[in-house]
Amino acid sequence: MNTFKKIIFTVLVSLLLAGSANAGKIKIGTEGAYPPWNSKDASGKLIGFEVELAWTLCRYIGEQCEIVEQDWDGMIPALIMRKFDAIMAGMSITAERQKAISFSQGYADEVASLAVMKGSSLEGMDTPAGINLTKPNAAAKKALKTLTAALAGKTVCVQTATIHQNFLDSGDVGKVNVRTYKTQDEVNLDLASGRCDAALAAAVAFSDYAEKSGKPVVLVGPTFSGGAFGNGVGVGIRKDDTELLNAFNKAIDKARKNGDISRIATKWFGFDASM
Amino acid sequence: MDLELMANSFPKLLNAAVITLKLLSASLVIGLFVGLFFAILRLNKNIFLNKFAYGYSYVFRGTPLLVQIFIIYFGLGQIEYLRSTFLWVILKEPYWCAIIAFALNTGAYTSEILRSAFQTIKPGIVEAGRSLGISNKIIFYKIQIPIAIRQSLPAYGNEIILMMKGTSLASTVTIMDLTGVAKYIISTTFKPIEVFIVAGGIYLFMTFIIHNVIKFLEKKYSFN
Repeated sequence: MNTFKKIIFTVLVSLLLAGSANAGKIKIGTEGAYPPWNSKDASGKLIGFEVELAWTLCRYIGEQCEIVEQDWDGMIPALIMRKFDAIMAGMSITAERQKAISFSQGYADEVASLAVMKGSSLEGMDTPAGINLTKPNAAAKKALKTLTAALAGKTVCVQTATIHQNFLDSGDVGKVNVRTYKTQDEVNLDLASGRCDAALAAAVAFSDYAEKSGKPVVLVGPTFSGGAFGNGVGVGIRKDDTELLNAFNKAIDKARKNGDISRIATKWFGFDASM
Repeated sequence: MDLELMANSFPKLLNAAVITLKLLSASLVIGLFVGLFFAILRLNKNIFLNKFAYGYSYVFRGTPLLVQIFIIYFGLGQIEYLRSTFLWVILKEPYWCAIIAFALNTGAYTSEILRSAFQTIKPGIVEAGRSLGISNKIIFYKIQIPIAIRQSLPAYGNEIILMMKGTSLASTVTIMDLTGVAKYIISTTFKPIEVFIVAGGIYLFMTFIIHNVIKFLEKKYSFN
């Protein structure tokens, strides 16, 4: 073997070894751009409720873990293509997503809400504080009608591939002009600039933005849950990976019993969003 | 491979390709005027006009198109003063922001293409015109411009194709162009390979058409 071949051989072998060194770890994908669920600090380190919870769950599972970043719109395809083994990215459990992947039991739940800039004509809508869309009662149906009338012809901004987009596309609030963005940050920017008449996302995503940016963002209308908004947030796992699914379900049970989920949720959300 | 999904998404993507073509043609038409304007400034002997035109092309060719779109769309949107002016009527719309960014970008490249085309015209040709007593104006319109167009065709054809592919960045500012709709379909089906193959095929077909039109024009205007 000449020197050149030797070098190539050594590089290839070391690449293979480096690859297999990571094989034992559970890789968890998160977005890192949806505070307080998951985000990044000034130094680029992943932080947030789900990042802390992921480490806790891994301790209960008893395996090494690695948290990797993935853009939201490629989250489910990346899981299916085995870039990582689990999703913990504020992803609600919905029937549509369950066609493609499995979900663990939910670990947290939290309501969605519309937000506008202070002074908007959409402020002061006469709706109940919260509506559940799984089996909408009379009050919820009335609220949807109020929203349909108020939002007619308005531009509502959402992050792409979210439950919030699904809800607006479902036609429950009529034909609104939906604009989709790659990240929640961009939705917030365009809400503040006035390009969006309203935005729809997790209520905490807006309060977090209002607090950090000092912009007069206010929540309007009812909070939404159930229906298109799914049944809580769970760990997304490939359908054929039942072993890992069971491991996460057991770990969530233990973490809930020991009060870890409540504690971490209260720390990041300011209230107990665990379920 | 989900062939059914590919077949179902084809008409939706074809519709979206119309938006892509609209963005492309609007940007190219505006960009051609911008490019011609700056190419003439570049050929001017006045050092300030010359440097100004050089600076424009340097900035827009030296920064990524994505950054330019973001500065125009998200950046200008942050300036409160701007939001109270009439400019906001245009800048509020993602469609116009994208066209402004694309036109300024392609304008910078076009100005360089046209400038070099003008500079390749041999002085002898212009002198020959002068010796026949033809006025400078007619020499410019009837001799220099036709030769410059012929010279710049291959490079400009490339620029059209690059710009066509560049319009896919419009999807980052919420425009539902070919890439935007492809991403939207993926967001509900979670099958990127199938959808992107169809979208890529449509882009390839558009390139094929542009390429052949340019080739035809090159032949038509060749000197032989």
